[in-house]
Amino acid sequence: MSVKPFSRFLASRKGIILIGAVIGILAALLQKFGNPPNMGICVACFERDIAGALGLHREAVVQYIRPEIIGFILGSMAAAFMFKDFKARTGSAPFVRFVLGIFAMTGALVFLGCPWRTLLRLAGGDMNAVSGLAGLTLGIAVGDQFLKYGYNLGRSYPTHYSAGFIMPAAAAGLLLLLVFEARFSPEGPIFFSSKGPGSLHAPLMISLGAGLIIGFIAQRTRFCTMGSIRDVLLVGDIHLMSGIIALTASAFFVNMILGQVKFGFSGQPIAHSNHLWNALGMMLAGLAFVLAGGCPGRQLVLSGEGDGDAAVFVCGMTVGAAFSHNFSLAGKPDKIADGIMQVGGPSVWGMGAVLIGLCVCLMIGFTMREKY
Amino acid sequence: MIIDACGLSCPQPVILAMNAMKTGELPLQILVDNNTALENVKRLAESKGYKIDIEQTDEKFQLTLSR
Repeated sequence: MSVKPFSRFLASRKGIILIGAVIGILAALLQKFGNPPNMGICVACFERDIAGALGLHREAVVQYIRPEIIGFILGSMAAAFMFKDFKARTGSAPFVRFVLGIFAMTGALVFLGCPWRTLLRLAGGDMNAVSGLAGLTLGIAVGDQFLKYGYNLGRSYPTHYSAGFIMPAAAAGLLLLLVFEARFSPEGPIFFSSKGPGSLHAPLMISLGAGLIIGFIAQRTRFCTMGSIRDVLLVGDIHLMSGIIALTASAFFVNMILGQVKFGFSGQPIAHSNHLWNALGMMLAGLAFVLAGGCPGRQLVLSGEGDGDAAVFVCGMTVGAAFSHNFSLAGKPDKIADGIMQVGGPSVWGMGAVLIGLCVCLMIGFTMREKY
Repeated sequence: MIIDACGLSCPQPVILAMNAMKTGELPLQILVDNNTALENVKRLAESKGYKIDIEQTDEKFQLTLSR
């Protein structure tokens, strides 16, 4: 059977709407099956949990090897093979991408979510996500200006075929560590949270299956949340945007059916109502995503189809997650103490890290231009 | 005019194509080496009303835009 008609369908507007809807529905269901509230899928949070499980940070409540992340990479690899799209390539400013990954994660964890979770928080009624989305859009708009004026990290080049398998192999290794619950010393690692968001997870096979499906379709459709906003602002192209609207709408619809919607600002799960830093955190993340060429989900998918530069960005995000928790940069959720709500948000260190990150990203944007 | 967008990740091929379109020079040939760039440049050209011919050679695609 020819795969071309299926491939053409996935590359069409209907295809991008399909993947958006699939992510939205699966995310809401994963939450029902045990993933944290309003966090059916969050690439930033899940990479942070993996960093914790490996002991790169010791925040005891966010440590788990998330099978969804593994699924995204392996699902993407499977699709790339099936459709002859697997191409080992690298060489486009890898260290710059690593640094961008660190700051992208820093910003996302000040807000407490990647662009996918921003939409999923909205679909769960969390209005604090509005300031995050506004910041994300602003960061992407700034990044678009750099693109217009010639910002470019340079070309990537074909490399050894086997180099493209390193990231999928690492994902498979993580899966083995998870399945066999490996312990390298009596106290760990591998660490698995016994309380907090890290302890909340859907059954392994369901999470892995959802990740594989999303990774597979996302590879074919090039689904990217950052790209959707970037393309609307830069070239007026709404192709990708139709996907993220489908994601939000479908997640909201399923959340309504499952009773997972709670509108408002206060008391939202794993979120804070410090709007300024929600916005600035996601502004940093959005800018870093544009400069690196994709949102965290898209970068994972690219790393599965042989893109070594995207793999470096993913590694940067993982290290960024470790820094965020080791140096107390991540935002703290709102909490209620003695009946009074205390607004969370980043520490002064987190605020400083966001500002430094914005300066570094602006410097990268201003100085790294290429003429052809 | 020939634009070599091989090895560039999106949206760079689209930006290069847009800039080339502004010159008004035709036919416009754009060389890309991945499906994402191919589809994105194709979508842009379609939205601007160009006639598109696509030739695949080895791992590369050559889009020729004309009116």
